[in-house]
Amino acid sequence: MSAPPTTGTPTITRVTGTLAEARPLRDAGLYDLVRVGERGLLGEIIRFKDDVATLQVYEDTTGLAVGAPVVATGAPLTVELGPGLLGAILDGVGRPLARLAAASGDFIAPGATAPTLDPARRWRFTATARPGTHLVAGDVLGTLEEQPGFVHRVLVPPGVAGALRTLADGAYAVADAIGHLGDGTPLHLAQRWPLRTPRPVAERLPADRPLVTGQRVFDLLFPLAEGGAVAVPGGFGTGKTVIEHGLARHAAADVVVFVGCGERGNEIAEVVQEFPRLVDPRTGRPVMERTVLVVNTSNMPVVAREASVYLGISIAEYYRDMGYRVAVMVDSLSRWAEALRDIAARLQEMPGEEGYPTHLASRLGQLYERAGRARACGTPDRTGAVSLVCAVSPPGGDFAEPVTQASLRVAGGLWALDPALARKRQFPAVDWATSYSLHVETTAAWFAAEAGVDWVALRARVLQLLQRDAELREIAGLLGHEALQDRDRAVIEIARLVHEHLLGQSAYDPIDAACPVAKTGRMAALVVAALDAAEAAIERGATIDDLDLAGLRRAYAGLRAAPMALLAERAAAVARVIASLGDARGAAAEVRA
Amino acid sequence: MIAARTHHGARALVGALLYVDDARGAAMGEVVEIRQPGQPPRRGQVIDAGDALTVVQILEEPLGLAPARVAITLTGATAEAPVGRELLGRTLSGVAAPLDDLPPPIGEALRPVWGAPMNPSRRLPPGDFIETGISAIDGLNTLVRGQKLPVFSGAGLPALELAAQIVEHARAGGGEPFAVVFAAIGITARETRLFVERLRDSPARARTVFYLNEARDPTIEQLLTPRFALAQAEFLAFEAGMHVLVVMADVAHYCETLRQVAAARDEVPGRRGYPGYMYTDLATLFERAGVLHDRPGSLTQLPILTMPDDDITHPIPDLTGYITEGQVVLSRELHGQGVFPPIDVLPSLSRLMNAGLGAGKTVVEHRRWADQLYASYARGREARLMATIVGEAGLSDPDRRALAFAARFERELIGQGRTRRTITETIAVGWRLLAELPRDDLERIDDATWARRPGATP
Repeated sequence: MSAPPTTGTPTITRVTGTLAEARPLRDAGLYDLVRVGERGLLGEIIRFKDDVATLQVYEDTTGLAVGAPVVATGAPLTVELGPGLLGAILDGVGRPLARLAAASGDFIAPGATAPTLDPARRWRFTATARPGTHLVAGDVLGTLEEQPGFVHRVLVPPGVAGALRTLADGAYAVADAIGHLGDGTPLHLAQRWPLRTPRPVAERLPADRPLVTGQRVFDLLFPLAEGGAVAVPGGFGTGKTVIEHGLARHAAADVVVFVGCGERGNEIAEVVQEFPRLVDPRTGRPVMERTVLVVNTSNMPVVAREASVYLGISIAEYYRDMGYRVAVMVDSLSRWAEALRDIAARLQEMPGEEGYPTHLASRLGQLYERAGRARACGTPDRTGAVSLVCAVSPPGGDFAEPVTQASLRVAGGLWALDPALARKRQFPAVDWATSYSLHVETTAAWFAAEAGVDWVALRARVLQLLQRDAELREIAGLLGHEALQDRDRAVIEIARLVHEHLLGQSAYDPIDAACPVAKTGRMAALVVAALDAAEAAIERGATIDDLDLAGLRRAYAGLRAAPMALLAERAAAVARVIASLGDARGAAAEVRA
Repeated sequence: MIAARTHHGARALVGALLYVDDARGAAMGEVVEIRQPGQPPRRGQVIDAGDALTVVQILEEPLGLAPARVAITLTGATAEAPVGRELLGRTLSGVAAPLDDLPPPIGEALRPVWGAPMNPSRRLPPGDFIETGISAIDGLNTLVRGQKLPVFSGAGLPALELAAQIVEHARAGGGEPFAVVFAAIGITARETRLFVERLRDSPARARTVFYLNEARDPTIEQLLTPRFALAQAEFLAFEAGMHVLVVMADVAHYCETLRQVAAARDEVPGRRGYPGYMYTDLATLFERAGVLHDRPGSLTQLPILTMPDDDITHPIPDLTGYITEGQVVLSRELHGQGVFPPIDVLPSLSRLMNAGLGAGKTVVEHRRWADQLYASYARGREARLMATIVGEAGLSDPDRRALAFAARFERELIGQGRTRRTITETIAVGWRLLAELPRDDLERIDDATWARRPGATP
């Protein structure tokens, strides 16, 4: 048989799993998008060697045959950024799942296509830029209402500049020209962006305030800064997904991008059902209206999993450029890393640690670095932020593995989850001894102003209490409870309040699920006051049995489900118990006498 | 797809992999027939299609094959399974050949065994309570329709007995029975018998289909067996509108076969030699559970896997746990004490539990009841550990109470034996145990819940 031609129509020469080889593809560029086979499967060129281009295919390759045609599109994988992203559910390469279902049914057929933004939908655009002015990338052209009360700023795309010739108010579809530059360049509501490239900013800014999570253990002990990045490693069943969902619901961000990367379909179904019904207390609107879901479940093509994280971050940067505070949740980054490993293994690259490619750490670093606070390009002046919370799923729950370790080198915080706590149904199962935040100092002033308490001092006292508790438990474990003095037992009892009610928080109780900063501060202050009162009483000669600890526990537990309207009243009840904590002493002493 | 083509002779035969030169036009996953004079016909599939070299994975034992003498027919089709309601009651091989002296199943349709991923936006969140009749599951690790809840077992522990009991007793809301699809993956004839015979005389038999690949059957076939079973289950659930329970045993054998094939291909091994893509591969099995909008049926999975050396951090249970919605963990210690089912509830978990319980489904106080039982039992287990060091006398009073509670909990709530318990009976047993503890020890129970306990004075 004769050798395949080196010119002419490119065809498939090999298929193995998610990778295919094709030739000739001389004119195509690295990372250019291709359509593969009769069904037009989506793929990307990831290597050129001799005459052969290696393609990673974003869809199931079963049935793809040698000799099938390949069409190069001449452009890299891009995402369409524009109005209509908020509230959307996209797959890893940006196809809207609802419209995909309308086209191909309840199961995803390979080769199905649908544009990210609904081409039929019209948006009422109000121009703010004036014809005649010289525009540069990032300048605001005008606005439209993307969701009720949410202003979408239409920006001059990166790389575009010139004098504005025409721009008019009107109802436009995303493909319509809304105006033109002097050189005839048309302007649109939407723009395309290659998703592996970070979008430009005018200036990166240091973090200065927290992204309030509504979770006491994080806001009090391990705060996340706006524009910061945190890794959340934990074995299975430690509650990573519940934490990520909780943040997506309650975090004080303008826009939330949730990337379900290689995780469970049923969990996504829960989000899809729940978010449209759940109301964001700050805007009074359903949280779905501020949310973009990027979903590539574990059984969807592995290569699209790799793209899904970049897609989510590109969308986040787009809203940051409008001047919004955006939070990105990735669940889970380990599945993204495994996709890298899978692709590298099929390319027969020399493996690094645990089979991961040697470029894992650098790729991970680039990803985390796309988080940050920044001044956007263009006028008027806008500041936005992308905060990043990445769940990590270490094999066997052992943090000494490449993805966790590489994350720690670049993330600004660690929320470590502990299976022992999860087994006790202590949630969030955050191991306070291992976790840390590099944002404690930068966020302290904001918290103190918001809650009206000395946040850093309070935090230190609570951590100190937990530390003493751990030491005392160790002693009791070796020598028995009898070996502890009353003073020590009081510490253990008060620490129990911290574990169960201050740091423990129910994701399923409608009130307790999201805790305002003021309430967190109040609860922490009360626990510290209780410790001081108990120690003082014992100092005065009271025994542990004299202290009304059961009453304290009951009153304190009542705080968790207290709405803000009832907080003052319930906190006062706790304060009363604390004030009379050692008073039983007199009565008890009389009885003993 | 194109028509069948036959090639004569292969370049190499390594284990179950046949390397074929110049098999132009081979397609990924294409079904291959391999013939050789004096040898039984064999089947295989293309796992690497190339214009120069194509790799075919042989499903049967390659013993006696001579690469120079084989005739290899590329059939032009990818693997398809016959599916349909008429398969219920049948006993089939791991690739749907008859084992019951009946003709080969024709079914109502042929479906690709690899399936296609459900569109996540078309999934309905599972939330319908399944009463399995097992207290440790119904009460503390509630199963719902559309969930995948594996049983993590150890060698010699009665996982299949537990699965058989669930299959016999499980009722969905409204009392509808399940159709059952059982996939035996490399288990022994004794294990198969244990399961099959338990069902033989039960009314469940007529709505059960068995796919049996036993330890003596071709190993590579194990990669297809669960997929034949799931293609049938998907048809019953989403086209015939039935509630389907899929029991797969043993996932550990499946993973070992996966490793064997990866090793034969000189792939870069991951943890303990298992391939790096094992997570993704397992997900293409487990993620086929679910419930869809506007379709009446559901597909629930109860995979069984044996943890090598009882180690839950071993890659097989570890990766499974990351995909499934919880796990039921069996305990050698409880089994040794004669507790049946020997479920250790502390490492067990049902992630979808909250969706399946509460008013209208089980009882309104279910969540707090379960939280308290968990908390008290966890404290008791901790106290048990401490008592082995400092003696029972060295414990505080609440720890001593928790210690006694843990013992009764294991005996009375978990160790129900072979009887079926309704959820009402399960809740009552739990309250009976909690009532032994003073009110102050029950921190997870609020006053409203406390007032709802049986025998409370209004």
